[in-house]
Amino acid sequence: MHIIVCIKQVPDTANVKINPETNTLMRDGVESIINPFDEYALEEALRLKDKHGAKVSVITMGPPQASVILREALARGADEGILLTDRAFAGADTLATSYTIALAVKKINPHPDLVFFGKQAIDGDTGQVGPGVAECLGIALLGNIKTLEVENGRFRAESAHENGSDILEGDLPCVMTVLKEASSPRFARLRGWMDAKHAPLQKWSAQDVEADPEKLGLKGSATKVVRIFSPPIRGCELKCVWSTDKEVALKSVMGTLVKKGILE
Amino acid sequence: MDNAPIIIDSEKCKGCKKCVKGCPFSALEMVGKKAVLVGDCRACGACIEICPFGAITARKEVNKNQAQLANYKDIWIFAEQRDGKVQNVAFELLATGKELAEDRGCNLCAVLLGYKVSNLAQELIKHGADKVYVLDDPNLGEYEADTYTDALNKLILKYKPEIILAGATAIGRSFIARTATRVHTGLTADCTALSIDKESHLLHQTRPAFGGNIMATIMTPHHRPQMATVRPGVFQQGEPDPDRKGETLIEQLEVAARKLKLIRSIRKEDEEDDIAEAEVIVSGGRGMMKGENFALLEELAKLLGGSVGASRPCVDAGWVPVSRQVGQTGKTVAPKIYLAFGISGAIQHLAGISAADYIIAVNRDERAPIFGIANLGIVGDVMDVLPALIDVVKKTKAGN
Repeated sequence: MHIIVCIKQVPDTANVKINPETNTLMRDGVESIINPFDEYALEEALRLKDKHGAKVSVITMGPPQASVILREALARGADEGILLTDRAFAGADTLATSYTIALAVKKINPHPDLVFFGKQAIDGDTGQVGPGVAECLGIALLGNIKTLEVENGRFRAESAHENGSDILEGDLPCVMTVLKEASSPRFARLRGWMDAKHAPLQKWSAQDVEADPEKLGLKGSATKVVRIFSPPIRGCELKCVWSTDKEVALKSVMGTLVKKGILE
Repeated sequence: MDNAPIIIDSEKCKGCKKCVKGCPFSALEMVGKKAVLVGDCRACGACIEICPFGAITARKEVNKNQAQLANYKDIWIFAEQRDGKVQNVAFELLATGKELAEDRGCNLCAVLLGYKVSNLAQELIKHGADKVYVLDDPNLGEYEADTYTDALNKLILKYKPEIILAGATAIGRSFIARTATRVHTGLTADCTALSIDKESHLLHQTRPAFGGNIMATIMTPHHRPQMATVRPGVFQQGEPDPDRKGETLIEQLEVAARKLKLIRSIRKEDEEDDIAEAEVIVSGGRGMMKGENFALLEELAKLLGGSVGASRPCVDAGWVPVSRQVGQTGKTVAPKIYLAFGISGAIQHLAGISAADYIIAVNRDERAPIFGIANLGIVGDVMDVLPALIDVVKKTKAGN
């Protein structure tokens, strides 16, 4: 079985601060991490590897420093890491990104058994690249996986949605987006880190994956960002201190509940 | 950079550095006292607005297929039904779509996919649809991303809609993204505002990015349809008009066979409410001190007809199940009122509640970031405020 996991390096938004003068993100010194949702995808692949034996390949697309997260994936137990990096990829929307990643998946293995994604990335929050890659590869897509079992080329998975979940069976190959509920990510062992430190990573450019330059990056993107602005600040209309303004506080809360039609 | 999205006129540039500071993507730098594009320009236009000397302009793109694009007309909304019930998000999209269709001067159409669902078309017409395209097929009986993609793709090829809006639900998020890739067009996720640009007649799609820290307005200039998803609860639904007339078109298109076999459906019990749809959310954070104290939140939520939410630390501590987690890695909510008890307001949490209509925050620390986003703030211990509030609500309800 060959499982390909697609991961993304994202700024740790827990530590992103806003520059109050310019209202822009202050990215300096912000740590980059594996997108937390992708960790569940990786863990699911490693879990299947432990159980059935499988080759786990990990891809990321990003700047050269994104290789750090590939090493982390190797340290946890992935078998190979591929960094897709090229100036031509810059500014890609989800359409262009899906195209690029799908080319890399095909180059790794034209017939992978499973391709995993996290639910979404915490910087873009779109969750569109997994389905986009499934389309480019022309293989089945199943979203929001809570549990997964694989046997003899078939899978049984629980896919969650707002009304509950469905248990479905199907044939491999399949592209899946994996949920937090599936498993808790393991930590890399020291030995894993030692091995991963010197493990060779593959670095692929647009040319390596034989990409059509018209379909890459900003040029290949269907969407254009036309304006960036700071969200309107609500600002506290009223802030009171409980110890001294108890009555005002309660009256304000009750007034709001009535105004919004929650209480009569 | 010959094809960079912006052009900097070095004659006009006076080296004031305003664009360098204002670039949200750190793509500009000063080289020899002149601004130079060095990084990854996303064509957001922030620098063009900031530059006091008019030194930065957008590169004009030549549009070759304008005539082709003009063939696309009408606004479609994907009318999601689950278990034979039209989802609220479809009505919300109809209300917004109606305004957009008026601005654009076109029809508002709904697309209904499923099996034995034709009877739902009337409901969509009452909520504003001029036309309802129904594809009623056994292969669409249970949701499967691949069959739904096939169906919607065939309808798009047949009718060429200019705009398609869909709910950012589990279903919408998966097959709408797949469909956009199949028809090779753009898709903007989780829009919080939509409008038709008066000059270009293009759809302006505004969405939060970076966990709600910045807002971006996005357009799809050269591809059709222009596609966007919207989270449930972000837009208001309108009042249905029982006398409204519209057209129902039953489509006879062949839909791809299902690849997956449904073994079992698990449906939530009625009492297990979904915080993503709740009108009132009573949420607790680390300041609740221990899991047992969530009983007070349950009590208040019950009195207000709302649901209980929590910040991530409470889920990690095992006080509440993950289905209650509000925030970026949990659920994004859009209630009328969000009450935050003992939640300090980490960016990830704030990202999940930015669509709330009104936020009331109670926290001991007067400098807690939650007060920066709350409409009403109470500085105090939750264990003092909560029982007093429950008491007053009880008395008010008894009085009525």
